[in-house]
Amino acid sequence: MAGGQVATARRARRQLPWARTVFWLYAATLMLPLLWMFGMSIRPNEDILGSFSLIPQRATLDNYQTFFTDPAWYSSYLNSIIYTSMNAVMSLIVAIPAAYAFSRFRFAGDKHLFFWLLTNRMAPPAVFLLPFFQIYQSVGLFDTHLGVAIAHMLFNVPLAVWILEGFMSGIPREIDETAAIDGYSLPRFFIKIFLPMIRSAIGVTAFFCFMFSWVELLIARTITSVNAKPIAATMTRTVSAAGVDWGLLAAAGVLTIIPGAVVIWFVRNYVAKGFALGRV
Amino acid sequence: MTDQTTAVTGGRAHGRAGGQAGGGAAEPRDEPDRRADAKPRNNRAWLLVLPVVVSVTFTALIPLMTVVNYSVQDIFSPNDRIFVGLEWFRAVTRDPEIRAAFLRTLLFSAQVLLVEIPLGVAIAVAMPRRGFWVSVALVVVALPLLIPWNVVGTIWQIFARADIGLGGWTINHVLGIDFNYTLDSTDAWLTVLIMDVWHWTPLVALLAYAALRSIPDPYFQAAQIDGASAWATFRRIQLPRLRGVLTIAILLRFMDSFMIYTEPFVVTGGGPGNATSFLSVLLSKIAVGQFDLGPAGAFSLLYFLIVQIVSYVFFTVLTRTGR
Repeated sequence: MAGGQVATARRARRQLPWARTVFWLYAATLMLPLLWMFGMSIRPNEDILGSFSLIPQRATLDNYQTFFTDPAWYSSYLNSIIYTSMNAVMSLIVAIPAAYAFSRFRFAGDKHLFFWLLTNRMAPPAVFLLPFFQIYQSVGLFDTHLGVAIAHMLFNVPLAVWILEGFMSGIPREIDETAAIDGYSLPRFFIKIFLPMIRSAIGVTAFFCFMFSWVELLIARTITSVNAKPIAATMTRTVSAAGVDWGLLAAAGVLTIIPGAVVIWFVRNYVAKGFALGRV
Repeated sequence: MTDQTTAVTGGRAHGRAGGQAGGGAAEPRDEPDRRADAKPRNNRAWLLVLPVVVSVTFTALIPLMTVVNYSVQDIFSPNDRIFVGLEWFRAVTRDPEIRAAFLRTLLFSAQVLLVEIPLGVAIAVAMPRRGFWVSVALVVVALPLLIPWNVVGTIWQIFARADIGLGGWTINHVLGIDFNYTLDSTDAWLTVLIMDVWHWTPLVALLAYAALRSIPDPYFQAAQIDGASAWATFRRIQLPRLRGVLTIAILLRFMDSFMIYTEPFVVTGGGPGNATSFLSVLLSKIAVGQFDLGPAGAFSLLYFLIVQIVSYVFFTVLTRTGR
């Protein structure tokens, strides 16, 4: 009987006959610009500018080799990885206890605080440029990895709190109460029982902190000059120089997509949740 | 399967869907009150929130107070400044360039919403629902969302060029239309708009898809028994269930397109002329390029105020529909 029901459900859910075709056409369109950039990254520059062709005539890894041998390029790639990782760790450390508090207790001003956090996620980064530039210079955080990591906490701490609160509220409070009856103190319960339970939520949140810090350009560029310069800034500065090295630019583009492309399979079911601040 | 559904839709949304399917009378609007009542009141929870408050004070509150400080003074040098009151605010609201950028950004946001919301829903409806291809579809659709914003710019900067880009080349040489986003302001606008549609429609699609998957099978069975057409099924069953996520999608897309910076900065640099000079592009030019502290401060605060108001609407909607 159950099998029959599933079959009926499947038939009932059947989409329009051409829906699948339309979807995969869309998916192909979505991939086209990406594949084009990849194609560009494996061509020598003479071929890119010389003649237009759909398929690269000569494939080469020269552009990637330039990227990995020129310190200006690979060090800025490392810079980005360093500050995004620092940011993810710092944001999580700050956000986990707070998210727990928001999901489990009512306290004076909790709703206002929750809203205030949201406004920082929503604030245009351009608004914070001037003060960041001046404050970070005066406290010695200008052009340091730590500086960028702290600056990105502006939007990542609210994001992490909101996402984690969404996950934590899905875990019944009875577990906390049972643990308390069993004699667990709050810190011990938190570390021994609660954190292992929300492992995957922490992983997802860490990924989103990493990602939002990785994609941000405006703030990172403004408060760095050389030592902590992000890969995104290196890419845009090459553009303004006379004679753009398209092949190298495309190679750098492909390399910056890799962190997201590697992890995407594991977070595919959480992408909507992460972007909607845990509300979906 | 059930695991996946829960993962996509989240425990809360799933629970709500179950409740409605079960009785139909279970009113989700009762839930927030019950939950809130069940939460114990404990002001010591402030200790847990304290690290967040400290970090946000440093990253947001102090900088914002600095902006307020700039906005009411005319600063010639660190030691030479005079209080000018609301002078900068008056100047900023009268500045034709800023007004134009404001209208331009508003128009851009409106167009983004008009295109991305219906398109995203259509894609979500057409997405596969079962089996291995679900995962492949999710990965393909989600990929543009995880690309650094400046690289999205680079991708389209290359793709839309008439000489080396597939898109620009096709328009110029196959369709025979003269298209050049670095010289023509309409072309530049269209390029930025299409780029945004490419970049962010997947978000709308994924949100809508998560909501569609949470609709229980009996709804579709009932529709089939009644002999409902595909359109009627969409209009009467699927669309009403999308209301919550579409509200989130509309507000997120509004906020993010309203502060768009990186992508147009990379592709057009705000040009040609001022054609794609949106609010953030203009503000960062005044702030970091020209270092006009007073006007930039006043501009920032007004910009921030608009965002605050929309955030408030967002927050109200989220706390009503989200739980």
